[in-house]
Amino acid sequence: MDLNYSPEENAFRQDVRNFLREALPETLRHKVLAGIHHSREEQVAWQKVLHKQGWFAPSWPKEYGGAGWNAVQRYIFEEEYDDAGAPRVVPFGPMMCAPVIMAFGSDWHKQRFLPKMLNTDELWCQGYSEPGSGSDLASLKTKAERQGDHYIVNGQKTWTTLAQWADWIFCLVRTSSEGKAQEGISFLLIDMKSPGIEVRAIKLMDGAHEVNEVWFDNVKVPAENLVGQENKGWTYAKFLLGHERSGIAAVGRSKRELAFVKEVARQEQLDGKPLLDHPRYRDKVAQLEIDLMALEVTSLRVLSAESRGKAPGAEVSFLKIKGTEIQQALTELQMEALGPYALPFFPDFVNGLAHAKIVGPDYGPPFTPRYMNYRKTSIYGGSNEIQRNIVAQHILAL
Amino acid sequence: MDFNFSSEQEQLRDTINRLIEREYEFNKQRHAIINSAEGFSATVWSSMAEIGMLGLGIAEAHGGFGGNAIDTMIVMEALGRGLVVEPYLATVVLGANLIQLAGSDAQKTSLLPQLVEGKLKLAFAHSEAGARYDLKRVATVTRKVGDGYILSGEKIVVLHGNIADKIIVSAATAGALNDGQGMALFLVDAKTPGVNLTGYRTIDNQRAANLHLDNVRVNADAMLGSSEDNLAVVEQVMDIATAALVAESVGAMEALQKSTLEYLKTRRQFGVPIGKFQALQHRMVDMLMSVEQSRSMAYLAAVKVQSSDVAERQRVVSAAKNAVGRYGRLVAQEAVQMHGGMGITDELSASHYFRRLTAIDATFGDADHHLSRFAAGSTF
Repeated sequence: MDLNYSPEENAFRQDVRNFLREALPETLRHKVLAGIHHSREEQVAWQKVLHKQGWFAPSWPKEYGGAGWNAVQRYIFEEEYDDAGAPRVVPFGPMMCAPVIMAFGSDWHKQRFLPKMLNTDELWCQGYSEPGSGSDLASLKTKAERQGDHYIVNGQKTWTTLAQWADWIFCLVRTSSEGKAQEGISFLLIDMKSPGIEVRAIKLMDGAHEVNEVWFDNVKVPAENLVGQENKGWTYAKFLLGHERSGIAAVGRSKRELAFVKEVARQEQLDGKPLLDHPRYRDKVAQLEIDLMALEVTSLRVLSAESRGKAPGAEVSFLKIKGTEIQQALTELQMEALGPYALPFFPDFVNGLAHAKIVGPDYGPPFTPRYMNYRKTSIYGGSNEIQRNIVAQHILAL
Repeated sequence: MDFNFSSEQEQLRDTINRLIEREYEFNKQRHAIINSAEGFSATVWSSMAEIGMLGLGIAEAHGGFGGNAIDTMIVMEALGRGLVVEPYLATVVLGANLIQLAGSDAQKTSLLPQLVEGKLKLAFAHSEAGARYDLKRVATVTRKVGDGYILSGEKIVVLHGNIADKIIVSAATAGALNDGQGMALFLVDAKTPGVNLTGYRTIDNQRAANLHLDNVRVNADAMLGSSEDNLAVVEQVMDIATAALVAESVGAMEALQKSTLEYLKTRRQFGVPIGKFQALQHRMVDMLMSVEQSRSMAYLAAVKVQSSDVAERQRVVSAAKNAVGRYGRLVAQEAVQMHGGMGITDELSASHYFRRLTAIDATFGDADHHLSRFAAGSTF
């Protein structure tokens, strides 16, 4: 057992760090670190820079344009990436839809879609949840009826993150109502410019526009956009669950946010000394840091098993649960550090539309909105309760 | 980055597990051992010597078999799983490391081979009333008289002090009460006149003793090494022992988690196994996550306790002890709750694991103590 990085791994880390230092635009770095939202243009431009370096989708197989890194290198990359303040890649295309296309798609799918995911000519969103189908996803009702060379899609998706940016959506749709609910679901790729699609913004409590409703009214989708076999979509969706989720614990980002918490709590004063020197606050930070240290090793253990050829299974659910609990706790500590300045609300500033806040410390305005926004983390991607069901079923065999 | 164990380490684990299976069955031998007067088994102790366990971490030059903190972790985890009450931590982890790090060559040469063969049991008497877990605070005093020393003071909860052949005693030669200056270590034979040991059972069915030193006279060669400034050594050995305890805790937690899971699958209420109830399933998942997080910290502690960077060593060991203190309490309490009334009985192993995990938290600094030490480090 050796938990130290090898000299080669350290050299790799330095390469990643150097690249990010030079390539990441300062304005974008500042926004990400401060928790201020950035535009689609900034996101796309940055993803193209990553692509040029060959590091946009490092975990893809090499023949599709991946970096050919091992699990530890990917982990180092993610850690440095987050630490540098680079914005998360929009994951729906490269991380979620691509593996399904690679495993189950036709040659045409691979040639048509993968290159444009890789160079960010096209952004994707994910059409899973529906108003009546949250945790019970298999009950979904959006219907795709085969008519000649096309499917006609009717229904509604919801909680669709960044649908307002997306060129394409990959959807789970109902193609049969025979038998079990899971057996009538198909995996369909839909052009967001198709007539009959309407995107309606959902405003969240932090004031941000992040998620949407996507409505389908007799949307005509070429039959060739079906991935794999009709009515086998549930299998593909489950395949996705165990795929490429090593980053799900968000250890790198939480380490960065923890450092930020400490920095803020050193500046905030109480009784003439830094907030961080007060045991009541300090101990909360310390305990969280310890849980994060443990989570980092736990993630590395899952990765290490993966690089020995053991496919990540329900262990990933652990990482999601613990990782999101820590992310949420960090947002609480940031907000608490502000004291009364947790109250003023400057959505234009947080949304990157205004350059000046009106009162309080510069770092203040995003904290409470992010605390509110991050309640999503234990709900999305399979709520933490669903994750516990998965562990109970697949690891504990209960 | 490598989480694999060597084949020698796998073999070590198997050998110890077999020994425990053979000689430490919960309802049989262990039951007799914890109810014996001395609270340990001379037979098991010699079996441990036979398979080389007592020489682990001791240099080959002194009759030992070498090995590092990862090996110790493997042993301690197995002992935790088996609820073993033998004086391994007191003798092989605390005692042998104190001799190796503070002792003279002559002391190492004469004592360590006996220890490896199972003929010398040690205990470390450091903690005192009023010090809680502060390693610096030593009120026991010593003064040089002729060619020897006289020791006076009171030590509390000396682990396995009731059966130790020799007790390593810390005593102040100089300095103020709390400054850790002038900390000498003495090897005191338990039979020396003036040594009064009050042995007792601890809550986890292990044994300990309070030690009253009433003007105990020892020879000059009883001093461990020649330094009278051993605070750094004591801190290092306590970190090594704490990392070992963290590993033991993981073994205990894992065994308890597994037996609770088994119980959930067999105990039936309302016509179904109680493991079918989601209220229990989710709690069981939290238990499992606590075990895995604890295991991660045990790995980290075993690696970093060997670091020459003292601040880093202390930071990680404290993080690990805090983590297993909290996670261990969760696992122990949830296990008892899910076992229902049976969980509180003496009959089931669940309550014995509960007791051991509770005791581990209170040993060498509890979760709060280590959180403070962690937060006093350079990263805050």
